[in-house]
Amino acid sequence: MQLARVVGTVVSTQKHRKFANAKLLLVQPVTPHDEPKGPPLLAIDSVGAGVSELVLVVLEGRAAGEALGRKAAPVDAAIVGIVDELAVSE
Amino acid sequence: MQLARVIGDVVATRKDDSLTGVTLLVLQPIANDGSDVGRTLIAADTVGAGVGEIVFFVRGKEASFPFYPPEVPVDAGVVGIVDHWHVG
Repeated sequence: MQLARVVGTVVSTQKHRKFANAKLLLVQPVTPHDEPKGPPLLAIDSVGAGVSELVLVVLEGRAAGEALGRKAAPVDAAIVGIVDELAVSE
Repeated sequence: MQLARVIGDVVATRKDDSLTGVTLLVLQPIANDGSDVGRTLIAADTVGAGVGEIVFFVRGKEASFPFYPPEVPVDAGVVGIVDHWHVG
């Protein structure tokens, strides 16, 4: 899993049917010190996250499909948790 | 998934049989502000996207799921057309 910061929302009417009713959020992967890391991604939200929250993102198809509750869905990223607190020792 | 702009399409006559009828699009991934980021790629279209549209695409094995049961040899697929996106 990856830490990411939710940075935006995306609206799409015409999409693959397995995305029906799915919420799409733009997330920016971050380091444990909250520095941006790599390009922004689009992830399915299954936990009710909102803009500016720190979240846990799975970047793997099977896990993302399960978060969406649909088998064989063409997804590769999903938000699976909202981070309450993060402690890093170095 | 990632946001991208469709900048072209690909015509290929000789190809894997399972790719017959599959539209191949040239994508330029974009950043949150719409500017180009990273390398262009070719993706299979599953939603009827066209040149000039902003789309989102999936990478990896999951890109072939819309074509199931045939196992189509693709590693990227357009799975949605973006109406609008909002940052911040």
